[in-house]
Amino acid sequence: MKTTGTRRRSGAGASDKAIVMEHVSKAYTVGVPALNDVNLHINKGEFVFIVGDSGSGKSTLIKLLLRELLPTSGKIVVNGTDVVRLKRRAIPKFRRSLGVVFQDFRLLKDRNVYDNVAFAQRIIQMPNREIRKNVPSILSTVGLAGKYKARPKQLSGGEQQRVALARALVNKPQILLADEPTGNLDPKNSWEIMNLLEKINNNGTTVLVVTHNREIVNAMQKRVITMKKGIIVSDEEKGGYIDED
Amino acid sequence: MRINTLFYCIWQGIRNIFKNKWFTLASVATISACLFLFGLFYSILTNFQHMVKNAEQGLCVSALLEAGLSDERVAEIRGMIVRRTEVSNVDYVSAEDTWAQFVEENKLGDVSFYTENPLEDCAHFDIYLSDVSMQNALVNYLESIEGIRKINQSFLTAQALTGVNAIIGYVSIGIIIILFLVSIFLISNTVAIGISVRKEEIQIMKYIGATDFFTRAPFVIEGMLIGVIGSFIPLIAVYFIYNEAMMYVAKRFPSLSQLLAFLPVETVFTNLVPVCIGLGVGIGFIGSFTTVRKHLSV
Repeated sequence: MKTTGTRRRSGAGASDKAIVMEHVSKAYTVGVPALNDVNLHINKGEFVFIVGDSGSGKSTLIKLLLRELLPTSGKIVVNGTDVVRLKRRAIPKFRRSLGVVFQDFRLLKDRNVYDNVAFAQRIIQMPNREIRKNVPSILSTVGLAGKYKARPKQLSGGEQQRVALARALVNKPQILLADEPTGNLDPKNSWEIMNLLEKINNNGTTVLVVTHNREIVNAMQKRVITMKKGIIVSDEEKGGYIDED
Repeated sequence: MRINTLFYCIWQGIRNIFKNKWFTLASVATISACLFLFGLFYSILTNFQHMVKNAEQGLCVSALLEAGLSDERVAEIRGMIVRRTEVSNVDYVSAEDTWAQFVEENKLGDVSFYTENPLEDCAHFDIYLSDVSMQNALVNYLESIEGIRKINQSFLTAQALTGVNAIIGYVSIGIIIILFLVSIFLISNTVAIGISVRKEEIQIMKYIGATDFFTRAPFVIEGMLIGVIGSFIPLIAVYFIYNEAMMYVAKRFPSLSQLLAFLPVETVFTNLVPVCIGLGVGIGFIGSFTTVRKHLSV
């Protein structure tokens, strides 16, 4: 099935929106837009896939939501925060309301599993006694309670991604952004990660997953936003991966 | 900031030193090498200045008094000279003392056949200066005092010493500035390379919401600790070399001991220790602070 055109979702108030992007464009070089007039509304508690080929603008979209980049034009509101007007010194606090997972895990290689997860708590200045309580709890949620002393290089790809997930979730973010979370994993580990993401979503966290994994997208029957050359070409409630011509 | 966050940052800084052994070693070696050169030059230059100062202090202006001046007038003239700021010391040498000195210096032996003092009109003041460059001003003043008939001065020596002192001052400042700039350049580069390798670590911290302070603090503490270690090593080395050099000169060139009067090592180190540690810590701080800043805009 191939759908063209964007289906606007309605029926939710502004306070129910986790992410709002209105007429957002981003050009790295003049005249070559990476995103072109993108409109996107994601409600709180939603699970959304963003799919598309390389160069379709998926990563740019994630970077804009993380406030790593500023849009050339348009409005972005995340968790009620106007990201475009956000002052530089306010960025760290804003990012703490998001959990982020990357394809390459991005763990601190010189620290063990416990310290990698605890690090996210330390930056919000959580007292040590709270850290000692929260970290084992989240590690057991992702199934790594017994590996808290291991270093990242001693873990499989799937386990490393679970550590990254634990780190993203330990501060109880309202939104979880996952950029190709299964990109470096085999099918078994990919499904384990996706099941974890679904479980997290069922607990109320908004989950936004950028992926190329056709099988998972088709099987999970979640909202799917398809991007192509910087524009949203499809937005389906229980969609699937759209094949290119 | 919570106290446990502060301790965490300090602990991470200390941990980084051991974690990145090669970077630590390279940075410590660079800081040590630069500060060692700085310490050596500083010691040599301060000693050289000290020796010139000694030579200056040995230099005196002799003001010969007219014969037959009353004791009151001599005391009055002495008071006028002592009040001058450039004067450090005034010795009165009577005509009798001058003659006795002359006899002794020239080994004249028995001079009892002189019924009168041949140097009767040679009573004088030996005036020592605290600032040799003021010698001309002092001589002009002495010439205006009634009762002083002649003034002996070593104008060329005074001029030479003033010149040498000025040159040492300029050379010291020049060498210290060059060494300081070279040190900052070398150390910043070493620190920059060490931190650039850990760019990814900084980016991860920033992605998960670490503030600039929290990200930077362990690196800055690491830089400052490297600075402290890097300044202690050359200080210890300079201390031993300085002592050895003093002993060597004293043994090998005993006849020069008057001219080559070294400053005691404690005197040199009173200034050198805080300056070296300050430079090490300062350079470590500036180097790490500016380098981390480059990677913070994530």
